Amino acid sequence: MEILVCVKRVPDTAENEISVNSSGSDIERGDLVYSVNEWDNYAVEEAIQIRDKVGGSVTVVSVGDADSEEVLRREMAMGADKGILLSDSAFDGSDGKGLATVLKAEIEKGKYDLILTGTQADDGAGQVGGMLAAMLNLPYASLVNRVEVLDGKKIKIGREIAGGNQEINEIDLPCVLSIQTGINEPRYVGIRGIRKVASVEIPVHGASALGVSPDSVGKNAAKVSRIDYFVPSLGKGAELLEGSIEEKVEKLFELLKSKGGIK
Amino acid sequence: MALQIYAYILHKDGAVDDTALEMVAAAGKLDPAASLTAIVAGSKIDSVCKSLTASFKEVWKIDNDALSYPNSEVIRGLLSRIIPKDGIMLIAHDHFGMDLAPGLSVKLDGTYLPDTVDFEGVEGNKLKAVRQEFGGQVSTHVMCDISGGAVITIRAGAFRAAEVPNAGGAVVDKTADALAGGLPGGTRRFVEIVAAEVGDVDITKSEILVSVGRGIGEQENIEIIKELAKAVGGDVSCSRPIVDAKWLEKSRQVGTSGQTVKPKVYMALGISGSFQHLGGIKGSPFMVAVNKNPKAPILQVADIGVIEDMLEFVPMLTEKINELK
Repeated sequence: MEILVCVKRVPDTAENEISVNSSGSDIERGDLVYSVNEWDNYAVEEAIQIRDKVGGSVTVVSVGDADSEEVLRREMAMGADKGILLSDSAFDGSDGKGLATVLKAEIEKGKYDLILTGTQADDGAGQVGGMLAAMLNLPYASLVNRVEVLDGKKIKIGREIAGGNQEINEIDLPCVLSIQTGINEPRYVGIRGIRKVASVEIPVHGASALGVSPDSVGKNAAKVSRIDYFVPSLGKGAELLEGSIEEKVEKLFELLKSKGGIK
Repeated sequence: MALQIYAYILHKDGAVDDTALEMVAAAGKLDPAASLTAIVAGSKIDSVCKSLTASFKEVWKIDNDALSYPNSEVIRGLLSRIIPKDGIMLIAHDHFGMDLAPGLSVKLDGTYLPDTVDFEGVEGNKLKAVRQEFGGQVSTHVMCDISGGAVITIRAGAFRAAEVPNAGGAVVDKTADALAGGLPGGTRRFVEIVAAEVGDVDITKSEILVSVGRGIGEQENIEIIKELAKAVGGDVSCSRPIVDAKWLEKSRQVGTSGQTVKPKVYMALGISGSFQHLGGIKGSPFMVAVNKNPKAPILQVADIGVIEDMLEFVPMLTEKINELK
């Protein structure tokens, strides 16, 4: 099975404090560490496991600048066979449709049975997979947390729905799936693995190589554009306990006792 | 010209989902002058449609036996036949909306605005809206060109369902229009629902939950959570990353894709507080959040916040409780 996985380079913000810069034009990115989007990493692991079971190849592709190459290399160190970088200043400022347009052009240059994306990335939109499928006229499923290859024509998938339940579908190949975290346990990538693929050439495709009209992507084509970032205030906010850590322990103990938090 | 807004209605076993009334509120915020139509697809849905006439002026019904379980591929095909070019489609941002909406926006050739939490007005063809990024740590204003229509997904709970005077609406049967040309789709076929596995503890019944998130760092650290739970007489629950890492079983996950809990006391330890996680906590418990990140979204909704590293703080708290309780 020929599998393509779309990956994105994102800042790791899970355990880091994020602040907005003074003009609100962006978050402060200086101290953030970038890596592959977590959802995409699960998608690459799934692709590798499918390939190892039924044969074929795994290609990872990313729309981004030169820095995205390190992410492609990381996923190749995991076991992807090939990486492709889609990079052009014409792609800057693309909205979801713009990104899907770029990816579609690359996909149409090859012949893939299965196209995977992560469920969502740093902007929480969860849009590119579904758009890509619709543009390519391929079947689509989101929030996929199980993939079982049935034969060369169809696969069985599980989708994560509410309450911990799983919706099982059969879907014809080729198709596009957006992968949910927890579907597998992505393998560890060590420095040694990355070194092994350090010199593998990663082709870079721009707008003209892809046959993408610059008017159909980027800032000018974008129907959705971000104006600014700001820090939301949802409620009154928690009362923060002050003092030394011992004092906080003491205060919380008393609070829990009075609120029925200790049986 | 007033906008035409269409709300896709979720329903199950004859009952309308809570998001239906939130759509009324969202549409009112988007454009108070807009005309609002509910769209209901399913099988044997007369009573569902009827009940919606209290809140919507017009209710479009698509009733067919093949629609008894909503398949986004089929629904997308049906909607793209009946939604006018410049229409604004509102859909709940849940597992069905995420399946349906991005592709629908392509088929309708309209703008897609995902997971929207607020609207700040329309000027000409531009809609200003609010979204969140980076797991809810940062919000953004976005500007959208809606001149060619739009598909917008709405975050559940973001728009407060308002009591509206009886709309005295009417049901319009759109089944024939939607099915003209036959049933769309067929490349993705529903097989079955596999029910969630039952765990050793039913956290939906727990009065005290000691809940652990990504901040725990390593699997072996889960022990300190178990010890705290034991000390307070509560049960251990968790957020999604802990289940993804297979450190605790799925039946202990709190959130929209896990369990909905209603404890009296909820302790969120190293949990940042994504909307999916918060969506699984009901009944306004006394909520304590321990997090080393002072900007974690959980601190906006918790009653008490402790800005400390949970790995240091939790064992000290456990010791104190065991000593003094």
